[in-house]
Amino acid sequence: MTAPFVILAVVTIGGAVAAMTLRKLVHCALALAVCFVGLAGLYLDLNAQFVGLVQVLVYVGAVVILIVFAILLTRHDELPAQTNRTRVAGLGVSAVVFALLAWAVTAGGAQMGAAVAAPEAAMKDIGGALMQKYVLPLEVVGLLLTAALIGAVVIAMEEKKKAR
Amino acid sequence: MTPLNGCLLVSALLFSIGLGGALTRRSAILVLVGIELMLNAANLNFIAFWRYGPHPEALTGVLFVTFSIAIAAAEAAVGLALIQAVYRHAKTTDVNQLDTMKG
Amino acid sequence: MVWIVRNLWLIPALPAAAAAVIALFRQAQRRLAAGLAIGTMGLSFLMALIAFAHMLAQPATEYVNFGWLQFGSEWLKFGWVLDPLAAVMLVMVTLVGLLIFIFSIGYMEHDENFTRFFCFLALFAGAMLGLVIANNLVLLFMCWEVVGLTSYLLIGFWYQRPAAAAAAKKAFIVTRVGDLGLFLGMLWLYSLSGTLVFYDNGGGCLEHAAIAAMAAHAAALGLTASSGIGLLIFCGAAGKSGQVPLHVWLPDAMEGPTPVSALIHAATMVAAGVFLVARMYPLMAATTNGGTSQALEVVAWVGAITALFAAFIAVAQDDIKRILAYSTVSQLGYMMLGLGVGGVAIGMFHLITHAFFKSLLFLGAGSVIHGCNGEQDIHKMGGLRKLMPITFATYAAGMLALCGVPLFAGFWSKDEILHAAHGWNVSAVPYYLGAAGALLTAFYMTRQVAYVFFGKQRETSEAVAHDAATAQGAGAHGAGETHESPAVMTVPLIILGLFATFLGFVGTPAWPWFQAFLEGQHATLDFGAFAGNGILPLMTISSLIVFAGLGLAWWLYGRRPIESAEARDALEQMMPGAFHVLAKRVYVDELYGVTVVRLAEWSARVMDWMDRWVWNGAVQAVAKIVAGVAWIDSSLDTAVINSGFDGCCEGVEHGGRLVTRTQSGRVQSYLRVLGIALIVLVLFLYWSRKG
Repeated sequence: MTAPFVILAVVTIGGAVAAMTLRKLVHCALALAVCFVGLAGLYLDLNAQFVGLVQVLVYVGAVVILIVFAILLTRHDELPAQTNRTRVAGLGVSAVVFALLAWAVTAGGAQMGAAVAAPEAAMKDIGGALMQKYVLPLEVVGLLLTAALIGAVVIAMEEKKKAR
Repeated sequence: MTPLNGCLLVSALLFSIGLGGALTRRSAILVLVGIELMLNAANLNFIAFWRYGPHPEALTGVLFVTFSIAIAAAEAAVGLALIQAVYRHAKTTDVNQLDTMKG
Repeated sequence: MVWIVRNLWLIPALPAAAAAVIALFRQAQRRLAAGLAIGTMGLSFLMALIAFAHMLAQPATEYVNFGWLQFGSEWLKFGWVLDPLAAVMLVMVTLVGLLIFIFSIGYMEHDENFTRFFCFLALFAGAMLGLVIANNLVLLFMCWEVVGLTSYLLIGFWYQRPAAAAAAKKAFIVTRVGDLGLFLGMLWLYSLSGTLVFYDNGGGCLEHAAIAAMAAHAAALGLTASSGIGLLIFCGAAGKSGQVPLHVWLPDAMEGPTPVSALIHAATMVAAGVFLVARMYPLMAATTNGGTSQALEVVAWVGAITALFAAFIAVAQDDIKRILAYSTVSQLGYMMLGLGVGGVAIGMFHLITHAFFKSLLFLGAGSVIHGCNGEQDIHKMGGLRKLMPITFATYAAGMLALCGVPLFAGFWSKDEILHAAHGWNVSAVPYYLGAAGALLTAFYMTRQVAYVFFGKQRETSEAVAHDAATAQGAGAHGAGETHESPAVMTVPLIILGLFATFLGFVGTPAWPWFQAFLEGQHATLDFGAFAGNGILPLMTISSLIVFAGLGLAWWLYGRRPIESAEARDALEQMMPGAFHVLAKRVYVDELYGVTVVRLAEWSARVMDWMDRWVWNGAVQAVAKIVAGVAWIDSSLDTAVINSGFDGCCEGVEHGGRLVTRTQSGRVQSYLRVLGIALIVLVLFLYWSRKG
């Protein structure tokens, strides 16, 4: 539990909490961005430099912006909070899930996870794996991205007037 | 508390926060935000296990997370387009009012 | 077997077949109907003569039996028997019947139901002849019933008249009362002897073996079985032959046309009762120790009482036919007395002679009524001696025969009876009753003749017109004068008159041919028989009694001509009280009306009440119970089954609605469920791994 880890963890968690509890949607979106940055930091701390930077690029750079765009395009008045019943039930479920997961983590026995030397994640190796071992998923993901792109455009497009 | 456990706990906490927000907030966009948080928590899990688990030289965790991020992005795009389309039709993003699939 | 015995069944069958054919004729075919009836009756008469001749040559009991109905291993046998008794009855019935049929052509000429009349007459003749030759008590009873039926049909011939319809019903019902006893006797006889066939090769119920067994068998009330059966059978005979107390129907039966009264209620049907007793005589007379059986004692007493009782009533009657009707009842009493004290021959002799002179008297009365255009009240007749001479002569012959004036037919037969009664070992009272009856018989007959044929002619024109309107239909010639009847009516009268005068000579003590014939023996002519056995003194006494009666009546009625119809009867002036009682027929009908008829009406009302409230109530109760059960069933069905089913369906609907609530359409609740499912799944996996 090094200090950077703790700080980054706190940032991430705080951003997440803020994103989920703030009233105004734009504030939520910005808090989300903070959370993602924190996560990127965590990745960097865990010696996954590539993933961390991709996280910043994609999540902070694209997803959050997308969310902001969506917020901007959908005008809404301040929505009241959820009914008590729903809130309690939802929070209860999430609390139970956390308890379960936490228990699974801590009660599982410390079989692994001792501090070991950081592995090397050379770009060359990542690139090589992508092109050789994981080329198929790469291509499929490319296809998926294309489809998503087209789909998003089609779905968000204004419906043409009905033909006379 | 091993480092791994710490990472796992953080990710668990992140996951729960995301789940709670998805279940509790009324705006559809915030539900999507919650879902993104959940995905990120899973990504953190992967990286943590790659760092402290066996065979890190296989780069499995890294590549998995790479793909996951790509897919998450695509999914966020499509989801927000959907919200947009729904907003155009129902004039609201309140999930409580989007219950025409009610049985 | 001789031809006549084999074909004896044709004698009743021919008239019965004629009746069946005539029933199909239309009313217009009168001559055909009359011709058919008279033709078959003539044929039957010829065959009866042949049978009689056969019996004369060879007196015996010949019979033919055939199996008619099989039940189990036994056969019910029917058949016919020819013995002297049957032969004599056959000749009498066919001859008298033939003469009356011919008389009816003239008498019923103006009646529009001529054809129907002859149909019924022929049916009656067939049934009566069948009764005479029947060899089985069941067959006899069947013919007995048909005879009763035709009597009903003929008494009520003019059924539009309420009096005729009532008289027909009365006749049928009163004889029914007697027939009940006859039927019980039949059952008893069958149960004791096992057969109802009279003569059957030694096994018949009138043959020696059966009679001896029944005479020895002791029944209740100190009677032997044979006497008991005999008394029950006598009940039927008493009903049919009008003995007291079942005599009430006979005078009312005069509502029928006069030929009917002559044939049925004088000569034949009423004689059927006497004939039945004669037929069953071996049974009724059977005793184990000689002497008179109890049954015959009762028969004699009933006969004597009837003879006197009816003679008393006849003295005070005004209707010409009523007098003759009561006279018939009285004479039937004499016949029963004769059977009881003297045996078959004595009773049957009087039956035969009575048939001839009583039918003669009735036909004569019919001629008088016809000639007077329907008048029947003797007070309104008179002086017909000069206007209807043939009728008067024949009527006088019949009247003298009935009274028992010496040398006429009735004298010989009645005297036989009185002689046997005098010598009866049980009691001499019946003799005195019979003698008193003879006095009264002479009295009332002379009274009747004096009123009808002597004195002044009392018919008034209004009376003629009035009676023509209410006529018996026996010849309303319009307001015509009193006249003699046509030849078709007077010729039978003459023939019967000859018989009435001379028939008695076949039964005198000097030459008892009739009695010997019935017993199957030969008689010899022996004038010395008069001297012995106290016959001559008794004959003298009887003659004196008869002349006393004649003289008394002549002194009261015949000495001075009766002037007007409204004049009071001489006897009535002397003894008004007694005369009135007798004129009202001793109130016997009224007594029956108050007791028996009222009882029948009361029990009918009780039965009606029972039917309406008890039986109907029970049926209604059952119906109500069924309806109630149905109602319970229905309400059960509605309340339990229906509502149960409905409740089930509602439960299903309710449950469905409950389940519907999970489908809220809200994404977050779905997500929540996913979350819970995730928790459960993890727990499950963990625990399964643990276990």
